[in-house]
Amino acid sequence: MSVALSIRQARPSTALRSPLGLAISSLSRQPVAMLAMAVVLVVVVLAVGAELIAPFDPASADWSALREAPSRAHLLGTDDLGRDILSRMIYGARASLLASVISVSIAFAIGVPVGLCAGYLGGIVDGVITRFTDAMLAIPALIFAVSLAAFLGPSLINAVIAIGVAAIPVFIRLSRAQAMGVKFEEYVEAAYVVGNPRWRIVLKHIFPNIVPALIVQATLTMAFAVIAEASLSFLGVGQQPPGASWGNMLTTAKNYLEEAPWMAIWPGAAIFLTALSFNLLGDTLQDVLDPRSRPRVAG
Amino acid sequence: MTRFLLQRIGLMIPTIFFVSVIVFSLQQLLPGDPALTMAGDEASPALIAEIRAKYHLDDPLLVRYGKWVAGIAQGDLGISLRTQQTVVQLLTQKIPVTLELATLAMIIALTFGISMGILAAISRGGPMDYVARCIALFGISMPAFWLGILFILLFAVKWRILPASGYVPLTENPLENLRSMIMPATVLGLAVSGVIMRHTRSAMLQVLSNDYVRTARAKGLSETTVIFVHALRNAALPVITLGALEFGQLLSGTVLTETVFSMPGFGKLVVDAVFNRDYAVVQGAVLCTAVVFLLLNLFADLAYAAVNPRLRGR
Repeated sequence: MSVALSIRQARPSTALRSPLGLAISSLSRQPVAMLAMAVVLVVVVLAVGAELIAPFDPASADWSALREAPSRAHLLGTDDLGRDILSRMIYGARASLLASVISVSIAFAIGVPVGLCAGYLGGIVDGVITRFTDAMLAIPALIFAVSLAAFLGPSLINAVIAIGVAAIPVFIRLSRAQAMGVKFEEYVEAAYVVGNPRWRIVLKHIFPNIVPALIVQATLTMAFAVIAEASLSFLGVGQQPPGASWGNMLTTAKNYLEEAPWMAIWPGAAIFLTALSFNLLGDTLQDVLDPRSRPRVAG
Repeated sequence: MTRFLLQRIGLMIPTIFFVSVIVFSLQQLLPGDPALTMAGDEASPALIAEIRAKYHLDDPLLVRYGKWVAGIAQGDLGISLRTQQTVVQLLTQKIPVTLELATLAMIIALTFGISMGILAAISRGGPMDYVARCIALFGISMPAFWLGILFILLFAVKWRILPASGYVPLTENPLENLRSMIMPATVLGLAVSGVIMRHTRSAMLQVLSNDYVRTARAKGLSETTVIFVHALRNAALPVITLGALEFGQLLSGTVLTETVFSMPGFGKLVVDAVFNRDYAVVQGAVLCTAVVFLLLNLFADLAYAAVNPRLRGR
């Protein structure tokens, strides 16, 4: 109790700064988090500037350079069609980033308003939304995404939609719990008493309070989305060849483990590093922004 | 206890209803004429008509849903367009492989996750805590299929001590069965152990701060006794019940590991069905997974309530 009290009392001083400013200033004091931030920035730069940075066309086959080991000409080697692996990795970053940004936006845009409504309105609305969320959570996220992608048809954008939809329940649960936590706070009741309409209370008084927890959850969901996009593309329902994704690069690599093991190393390492960085950032932000609750990671 | 049980089952019914709605709705996402899409490219008009009749595609949506649910209630999940077997037959064929894989993986995950979690908790803030938390973070961020590929690269391609893929039934050759299971089970187990380690660590930390632990220490019990006899007993319970919730992650994992290691299990069935556009199989598999997950959840809750006196009285 005393801990909770001291956090509440501490609020006014931290509230002077925006959550983002607070996050950036405290991240900058943690070397590991800075490293994770750097990895994410590199991925962003590679994804945005792929055309300028990639040394080769990621789709152009070179029949005279099939499965060449890393060399000065091809820093990370070439694949089964003689395509430059480094260039494909750089374009693959685009698929990964696209997947994480868009799917998290979908989950956020649908999950947060629905969760807020459930938490603030309560009653039958809450009951129905909660049962529906339970139903969505009962279907393992990846299996749900695979089947959704299958019915929608295999493509990167459908895979991204599927990942976003699979991540919705986590955001519903989180915003619902947070909204329920603050709805009986005095300032919310005061806002109601002075005659604010409900939508305004939710938007102006409840939502700003749950932003820190949502930032943390969004970062952790980015990690989930990176792995999920790679997984779907690896299974063949995500990015379609000849388009490059770290996941579908591993699908081909698996057939040449004896002859060209390097094909399997780099894309996997990229997925792992990117997901690790998002998870590290999420954990650090958690400690800074929202130490009281631990959101669940979509599984 | 009976009231608690009834309450939990009462909550499960609407959830199962929504699961069925979600799974049924998947079919509505098919672009164009579902009968044409389901039948495939070179289907005869007779087959298309048969599918239309089988799935009652000419009926209104609600009627179709009603007939679909009625079928399921009688154990009819549909027929695989690919193999012409019933979906129930297919599932019962494939599930033993996945059950063995998942059991082994869970044993690995619990052993590794719980011991790392205990180590982390008793050396809170120390180097061991740091190492354990790093391992957990690595486990959570590692794409299971890549770890699988790395294992194959190392143990099958480089050192040649384990088979790269395939599956030998337990009844045929137990030793070969184990050899074919080690890699996939470890990959799957490690993926889940990170989460279990985090649960164990926080459960242990909570228990270790209790008064009775301080009493146990104060009366001069050795640290080993305090941790393993007094603390772990209470910390293990939430961990094991939370472990049941990791079942979903485990099943998601089988989709990937079974594909990497070419194992003929549930996960491979789902992936193959997705590619063969065998929609009835996909729907059946998803429905089955969700129901098993909900039942496991229910059992975990009941087990928790059964041993937790504070819930028992309700």
